[in-house]
Amino acid sequence: MPSSTDRKAMDWRYFRRRAVNIVNLSGSVFATLFGLIWLFWILWTTFSAGIAAFDMSLFQQDTPAPGSEGGLANAIIGSLIMVGLATVIGTPIGILAGTYLAEYGKKTRVAGFIRFINDILLSAPSIIIGLFVYEIVVLQVGHFSALAGALALAVIMLPVIIRTTEEMLRLVPNPLREAALALGAPRWKMISLVAYRAAMSGILTGILLSVARIAGETAPLLFTALNNQFWSTDLTQPMANLPVVIFQFAMSPYESWHALAWAGSLLITLSVLALSILARVFLRKARMEH
Amino acid sequence: MAIGRPDIPDRALRRQWLLDRIFQGATQVSAGLVLVILLGIIVSLFIGGWQALNLFGVGFLTSDEWNPVTDQFGALVPIYGTLVSSLIALLIAVPIGFGIALFLTEVAPHWMRRPIGTAIELLAAIPSIIYGMWGLFVFAPLLSRYVQPWLQDTFGNTAIIGALFQGAPLGIGMLPAGIILGIMIIPFITAIMRDVFMTTPKFLKESAYGVGATHWEMVWNVVLPYTRIGAVGGIFLGLGRALGETMAVTFIIGNTHRLSVSLFEPGNSIASTLANEFTEAVGEIHTSSLIALGLVLFMITSVVLALAKLLLMSLERRDAVKH
Repeated sequence: MPSSTDRKAMDWRYFRRRAVNIVNLSGSVFATLFGLIWLFWILWTTFSAGIAAFDMSLFQQDTPAPGSEGGLANAIIGSLIMVGLATVIGTPIGILAGTYLAEYGKKTRVAGFIRFINDILLSAPSIIIGLFVYEIVVLQVGHFSALAGALALAVIMLPVIIRTTEEMLRLVPNPLREAALALGAPRWKMISLVAYRAAMSGILTGILLSVARIAGETAPLLFTALNNQFWSTDLTQPMANLPVVIFQFAMSPYESWHALAWAGSLLITLSVLALSILARVFLRKARMEH
Repeated sequence: MAIGRPDIPDRALRRQWLLDRIFQGATQVSAGLVLVILLGIIVSLFIGGWQALNLFGVGFLTSDEWNPVTDQFGALVPIYGTLVSSLIALLIAVPIGFGIALFLTEVAPHWMRRPIGTAIELLAAIPSIIYGMWGLFVFAPLLSRYVQPWLQDTFGNTAIIGALFQGAPLGIGMLPAGIILGIMIIPFITAIMRDVFMTTPKFLKESAYGVGATHWEMVWNVVLPYTRIGAVGGIFLGLGRALGETMAVTFIIGNTHRLSVSLFEPGNSIASTLANEFTEAVGEIHTSSLIALGLVLFMITSVVLALAKLLLMSLERRDAVKH
């Protein structure tokens, strides 16, 4: 039978272990609250300041000179054009590259290497991509252009699409492929008519996520599309776009420009959140299908 | 020759064969483009930065002088700023990311896990320019009014670390940039840690509970040792993100080329220097120095990200062998 001092020591150790457990687990609750607070705080600021500056002239007027009235019409259309163009360039290449990794390369060394490089590009600083496109396009052509901006955005979205496409194609069960091949379908038909169709919502997720990723990208546009104070839809010329306009206006000393910057931030945040949530809905659907 | 059925003409088969080759070729070319882009980045930055690298040599990395007027450029200040701000970010994001991952895998009731996980992931979806604006207009004033004076009063007179908290509490500078970076990389570290924590086999956890371990003892002595490599990989991934983050830092770091021990002083990071000066750079040497700076940044982040990837891959390989 343990002496009373022994028992006291055991009680104390037991108590200490319980205390450490409770303190650390509540620490994890606080960490989570800490993370969530920033999310809601930043969203709250963006929404309240953005809505205060929100009215229809945003969509009707171009970016103003300091001190005068104006909107963001040229920047909105510029962003839409460049993001759209980037999606048109990046999506087919990304899907094909992802197809290579999932359907042809699989476990070969080459595929492994490409996967590795792709993951590095996925997290590479976007400003470096901007420098790269500046070097190979802007410098060669001699001036900034919307096309260069779209190209930079396409390079940024590519790794996202490649990765999700590969992951989603790998979820497609092999018997589906074998069934198609057994019926005599050539491989390209098997992939495009069976595998793609089975992985459709997953691939769509990748595209949505990549669009969400580039919708707010500012750094790569600074050196490529630059900015344009006026309405322009000429792809070979500098083009206004929301992120760079926000950057320029927010860094300025003018109150009216700040208000427009907040309104622009709200537009971007809303579209990015909508795209992210939509992507998640598709992803859940994709997971449920398999 | 047609195989099996003689009524299928050779031409149809050959056409399918050709289409197969074209399709496969297209996928190969697209995948190869990934390598081309990587090489293209390195080569183009090297060519663009060659003039500066050639002129300043190793001194480019060790000189703290950055003077467009005299055409003297050294990268020490931006490199220092990049590393220090990212370090501050890690000091914040690693414990918080670990805590959230712990909450999402072990503590939270099941119905809570998905929505909270999604909310944390949304933190990564917010564009960095929004972080920057919020940081400049909302966070910086609060920091300069409440937090920085408190830090100064508490630690300002302490030996050694006191030097970190000198100078006017402006709300912009190295510390604010580091804090915002920390918030920005929380979701990346959380996501990886959560995923690797979930790979811990159930029987290991149950064995720990079986011998009477508390929740925390189980996590500390079973989950963490089991997934250590992956957790470190997640930290490196977050670090890689922090090093290259541009817009948020540009808003709040202060954009001053001066080396200072104090975290309250404005500084500069590689990415923010590029964002601020590149389009306004006059003179070939200035532009070339900026591109060389970009090359340095790309090299640093690539090494960090490659390490992260290697760590995560070794964890995956181990799990694949075991299961």
